[in-house]
Amino acid sequence: MHEMGIANSVLDAVRSETHRFPDGHIYKVGVRIGELAGVNPDAMSFCFEALVRGTELEPLALEIEYCPRRYQCRACGHSYTAAEDLICPKCGVTESQFLEGDELEIAYLEVENGARAAGT
Amino acid sequence: MERVPLERKVLSENDRLAADLRARFAEHDILCLNLISSPGSGKTSLLERTLESFDHDEHVAVLTGDIQTENDAKRLARFGFPVKQITTGGTCHLDARMIERALQDWRLEDLDLLLIENVGNLVCPSSYDLGEAAKLVVLSVTEGEDKPLKYPSIFFKSELLILNKIDLLPYVPFDIAAAEENARSVHRDMDIVRVSCQTREGLTEWLAWLDRKRESSRAAASASAS
Repeated sequence: MHEMGIANSVLDAVRSETHRFPDGHIYKVGVRIGELAGVNPDAMSFCFEALVRGTELEPLALEIEYCPRRYQCRACGHSYTAAEDLICPKCGVTESQFLEGDELEIAYLEVENGARAAGT
Repeated sequence: MERVPLERKVLSENDRLAADLRARFAEHDILCLNLISSPGSGKTSLLERTLESFDHDEHVAVLTGDIQTENDAKRLARFGFPVKQITTGGTCHLDARMIERALQDWRLEDLDLLLIENVGNLVCPSSYDLGEAAKLVVLSVTEGEDKPLKYPSIFFKSELLILNKIDLLPYVPFDIAAAEENARSVHRDMDIVRVSCQTREGLTEWLAWLDRKRESSRAAASASAS
């Protein structure tokens, strides 16, 4: 299980952003996890809560957006979420281009009094 | 309350170190490959067969990762090439910093090929870029043909699937065609070789793949140098 290390990297990123909000408190961090990222969202939430508890970052919530893998059909251009095969549900062709589903990204922070962010 | 977009990779620190490693490998014309599989599927055996096929003047080195023990490094050191064990002490994958540290006492100008054997695990190593030119996944026929569907991340990110232990096919209910089809449903352009490190069947195909990869890496290096 490597979700502990990944949750820790998210917290490091949040800590590195706190100086931008001298009067605010970051109370939520949004993370995008793709189906192909190899990260389990439940384990990630569990580790995140354990790591935040008792730190200066409390209260800090984690919101996970889980992204299924998506492809675009090379024949008809239709984009679709893949099941176990890569057959286009519209035209039945199997030639497709990978669009998304491997992301492991911090998408946003939600900040109280964030409007007074330094330098913004 | 305000939502502030960040759009930053979670593993940006690892990615930064991996990018540094990749630049150093490129500078010294080193092909670096990252071998990943579940425990016991034969990464070390494949490396043994690979190292024994090389002439002694080949500039090859191996980094081998495990949670505990130096056993794999001892097995691989017999072939006379530089080998270093990385013991992670519990961590289930290698990361870019471990590779950077392990390379500290080697002269990169003396290397052409660096083979990294990751910790046995089909999940976690797929998230960590080590600066490699390609990830390779090893799947043995005793594991079940649905592994590419259960662990799509590593099959998606690997350039080559090495189906190992094919000498055991008569004894196990493993549908090799289904395994290959499953791998290609996650990664359509994946290269696949079937090998047995015991009978040596298929090793020629694996070594030919490796030769082609080394050749295209050298061609890319000389094109960027000129």
